Amino acid sequence: MPNPTRIEINCATGVESIIELTDAEVAEMEAAAAIAEAEREARKAQDAADAVAKAALLERLGISEEEAKLLLK
Amino acid sequence: MANTFELISSYTASGSVGSITFSSIASTYTDLCIVVSSRTDRAAVPDYIGIKPNGSSANLSLRILEGYNGSVSSGTDTYIYGYCPGASATASTFGNMQFYIPNYTSSNYKSVSVESNVENDASTGGNWMTAGLWSNTAAITSVVLYPVLGSNFVQYSTAYLYGVKNA
Repeated sequence: MPNPTRIEINCATGVESIIELTDAEVAEMEAAAAIAEAEREARKAQDAADAVAKAALLERLGISEEEAKLLLK
Repeated sequence: MANTFELISSYTASGSVGSITFSSIASTYTDLCIVVSSRTDRAAVPDYIGIKPNGSSANLSLRILEGYNGSVSSGTDTYIYGYCPGASATASTFGNMQFYIPNYTSSNYKSVSVESNVENDASTGGNWMTAGLWSNTAAITSVVLYPVLGSNFVQYSTAYLYGVKNA
């Protein structure tokens, strides 16, 4: 199965070149994608944890979210 | 208001393509504007489209403001990107994205502003605003656009590179 291709447009000449990615470039691309996906999942997990902590704090303080926003104004 | 907003080059994908590079960009403009209409083959609703100035993935950073799937959040990252629909988004639907790079030839670090959206006829659609920075003093002579999680831009994805100047 051929590797994905990349297109390069030379803005000075207008020439378009279709270039097949090397195996090394494909591996680099896949590794970068895995890192990006892991980072996104980590951010989502952190957002979820922050939401739980925020709810617990508001309950401990005995105030609503709207009241908390007033404090920050 | 810019006096010159000139199309430098454009590309329309006639089939799947792994990345799009605009090279040998002239230094005669002040700013660059890249307008992208894209969709990728990632098996999910959203994908990211990354940008590499001069082909570099080093010294990139961003802060992103996200309104997606009914909630708002922000975050930081070590590369610069916008969002576009993936293969699981509404069929035949492409997302719009704009990268704006002011003073691309200066010897200062380069800011990259990105606005993007994922078009999806369901709850999982969204808009993103990104403030990016390439911490490099080199003039930009090329940019690479690439799907971060998918393998390819799909057919009919387009990219338009414009030069902007006040003269």
